[in-house]
Amino acid sequence: MTTTTRPGNPVAAGSRRLGPGALALRQGRLEITQFLRSRESVVFTMGFPIIMILIFASIFDGTIGGGVKFTQYFITGMIATGLMTVSFQNLGIWIPIERDRGVLKRYRGTPMPKWVWFAGKVIMVVAIGVAETALLLAVAVALFDLDLPATAAKWFTFGWVAVLGVTACTLCGIAISSLARTARSGSAVVTPVSLVLQFISGVFFVFTDLPTWMQQVAALFPLKWMCQGLRAVFLPESFGAQEPGGSFELGRVALVLALWCVIGLVLCLTTFRWTTKRDG
Amino acid sequence: MEDELAISVRGLRKAYGDNVAVAGVDLDVRRGEVFALLGPNGAGKTTTVEILEGYRQRDAGEVSVLGSDPGLVLGSRPRGSRGSSRTPRRGAADWRSRVGIVLQGTGEFDELTVAEVVRHFSGFYPEADDPDRVVERVGLGAKANARTHTLSGGQKRRLDVALGIIGRPELLFLDEPTTGFDPEARREFWELIRDLAAAGTTIVLTTHYLDEAESLADRVGVIAAGRVIEVAPPNLLGNRQDALATVSWRTPDGTPETAQSATPTALVAELAARFGGEVPGLTVTRPTLEDVYLSMIGH
Repeated sequence: MTTTTRPGNPVAAGSRRLGPGALALRQGRLEITQFLRSRESVVFTMGFPIIMILIFASIFDGTIGGGVKFTQYFITGMIATGLMTVSFQNLGIWIPIERDRGVLKRYRGTPMPKWVWFAGKVIMVVAIGVAETALLLAVAVALFDLDLPATAAKWFTFGWVAVLGVTACTLCGIAISSLARTARSGSAVVTPVSLVLQFISGVFFVFTDLPTWMQQVAALFPLKWMCQGLRAVFLPESFGAQEPGGSFELGRVALVLALWCVIGLVLCLTTFRWTTKRDG
Repeated sequence: MEDELAISVRGLRKAYGDNVAVAGVDLDVRRGEVFALLGPNGAGKTTTVEILEGYRQRDAGEVSVLGSDPGLVLGSRPRGSRGSSRTPRRGAADWRSRVGIVLQGTGEFDELTVAEVVRHFSGFYPEADDPDRVVERVGLGAKANARTHTLSGGQKRRLDVALGIIGRPELLFLDEPTTGFDPEARREFWELIRDLAAAGTTIVLTTHYLDEAESLADRVGVIAAGRVIEVAPPNLLGNRQDALATVSWRTPDGTPETAQSATPTALVAELAARFGGEVPGLTVTRPTLEDVYLSMIGH
């Protein structure tokens, strides 16, 4: 039995090159499997926002005026944090580990088109992000009487804010992964960034209670705009007047998030490395 | 003529800043042969091989691997230069699918099992081998369902080899494949390499184990300080066969004697006559590969 392909003597089994769609899907499935089998990932990425909503909704069980429950406010921060964790934090921590272990280098040595690897990450982020958000909403509805968006328009807003936000955070997560020199430094680079953003973007506090300068700094980054866009979904229209801009500014939300998608993409294309620095 | 060569390298140079890693390497590897690049650490083995594998860009020189220049066929120009036609990228995938690579470090896939990883990688190749058979073949049959991070060093290396051969490559690169193996594992690994070679796979391996080069390679290239010093079959390296033989024996009072001789048979006959029969403690040796190698790399 021959084990190599000689030119002009094709193997009887015949060639079965997988199409791009199939390649991307199986890469995504592999990434999801890897994620779900890693207990830390599941606990910290999926569990953290749920633990936070349990704590917050239990502490602040009152209303924020107009008979609107505090939960309606905090759920927006938790959803946004969850989406950022699964995309930005997850990729920013795991890609350096895979790079350090030579997993990326190994993929580069196969005929796999480069984009398939990125597609696998995106599929994983989207699948985990959807599952986590659904779980978060289910917990909040079951335990804290969260009111889900009532109109199709609000669900639509929910959809595009989530998609743009996750896209921006995914690209930034891939980009920031190149800053880490070793496997271990990924989390040291990413965790402070996301923690600071959570504090200044109105995840743990009501955004307008924060000092003005802090609000202005937060407005430079995507998380604040993700939270604001989600507030338009989970709070009554009238609450828009309490936002810094006097309304939920959905146009600006879209613009800033789209801008971050572009920035993230440019950073990815210019800085992404398949190998570690010491590896050339 | 060109088609007879799997690899052809002329004047290859590569420097990292001021550090010249490869200083003008010339190399030909014929199709179907097992070629060993032998050299001390830091001699430029890995840099040379990684240029041939398309992982690194060279500074100068001509390189042809399976008829293509890896730097060109992979289009490893700066990112963002999207190929407008499909041809170059298809060419890259075709070339990649004909080349198997076993890198120096092991790649861990953490929470995946051996069978899952091998199966996954088989999907990248148009004419992949059967994943279960490959797992069996590299001796990981019993570990097929083990997570890769639970494997021992030698088992991880076997996984690396499985991923290197899953696409039925025409050309297989092995960068220090048996480092950290116990003697038995190394013997088994050699058998696997001989099998692959017998089936027609061209094999290029780097090693600093002389016995490995001697027992596997059709030809050995000795590389030191970024240059290829000599290329020859292991038994002919450094004119080993023509070197003076060392004849040792003991004098009647027990003192060891040695002599270098171009005609050891005559010397032994003379000794036999002198002792009137058995020569005490008689040995006749030629330089080992290790002796030749160490003198070549300047020890």
